[in-house]
Amino acid sequence: MLNGKAALVTGASRGIGKAIALELAKQGANVVVNYAGSKDKAEAVVDEIKQLGQEAVAVQANVSSADEVKALIKETIDQFGSVDILVNNAGITRDNLLMRMKEEEFDDVIETNLKGVYNCIKGVTRQMMKQRAGKIINVASIVGVTGNPGQTNYVAAKAGVIGMTKSVAKELATRHINVNAVAPGFIATDMTDELSDEAKQQMYDLIPLGRLGDPEDVAKVVRFLASSDADYLTGQTLHVDGGMVM
Amino acid sequence: MADVFDRVKNIIVERLDVDESKVTEAASFKDDLEADSLDVVELVMELEDEFDMEISDEEAEKINTVGDAVNYINSTQ
Repeated sequence: MLNGKAALVTGASRGIGKAIALELAKQGANVVVNYAGSKDKAEAVVDEIKQLGQEAVAVQANVSSADEVKALIKETIDQFGSVDILVNNAGITRDNLLMRMKEEEFDDVIETNLKGVYNCIKGVTRQMMKQRAGKIINVASIVGVTGNPGQTNYVAAKAGVIGMTKSVAKELATRHINVNAVAPGFIATDMTDELSDEAKQQMYDLIPLGRLGDPEDVAKVVRFLASSDADYLTGQTLHVDGGMVM
Repeated sequence: MADVFDRVKNIIVERLDVDESKVTEAASFKDDLEADSLDVVELVMELEDEFDMEISDEEAEKINTVGDAVNYINSTQ
């Protein structure tokens, strides 16, 4: 499905990013596993991908830094000769009520989750324009559509990503570069494991499909968007949320 | 090696699919050569590759005509 394609996945050392990196590799892509701090975990993902028979390399870069992103993309092209797929997944949270939120907490989240996406898209565009082909997939969040108390910074960034997806999709469409987003809902992670049964039940009541999502649920949709099956899809945000938000 | 103007002209003819005779020093990319803004960005990228140089965004924005491009390249060679 993605044989020999070069994919760059940001924030790929764990969680949804890791699932995406592995899923793309299963379909035949070679993957740059970007990480900010978790070198050991990123190397473990690289090993898993190599066991699948694909090439992979872990590259450290903080996506909020334009210079580090430049180096990251250069490394990707040096390794694999092209950038066919970019998945902007790297993100952080600094949750707080608006009245308590420090300027620094707001700025940090915007810098990584919104400006980071801009940096990476800008960085790959030159190569993708030359190739006259490319798939850019941004990992937004369902809260970017609905809002969420305690996450003013995160929601602003994710809603920004959804808007950016549409603008860039329009700018690059004539060059056959598809730009789409996924908006995950409640995805099972270490964090949701710790919730009480009552809190979990409340969550399930909001989800028509009656269960939390797995990182793989998101990864499979990203894999579809990265493939030629999605050639006629651009500027869209697909909700991967068990039907929570329609 | 062909002179700068000829090399620039070849790239423009190929990239914008225009007749050679239209590519004069005075020709404006957008008005005379029917390039849109993304085409101009791409042209600048190709010129960077052809002449092994980097053109800053500020300088690139000043390049409106074929002559602008040729003069800029000459000024750096």
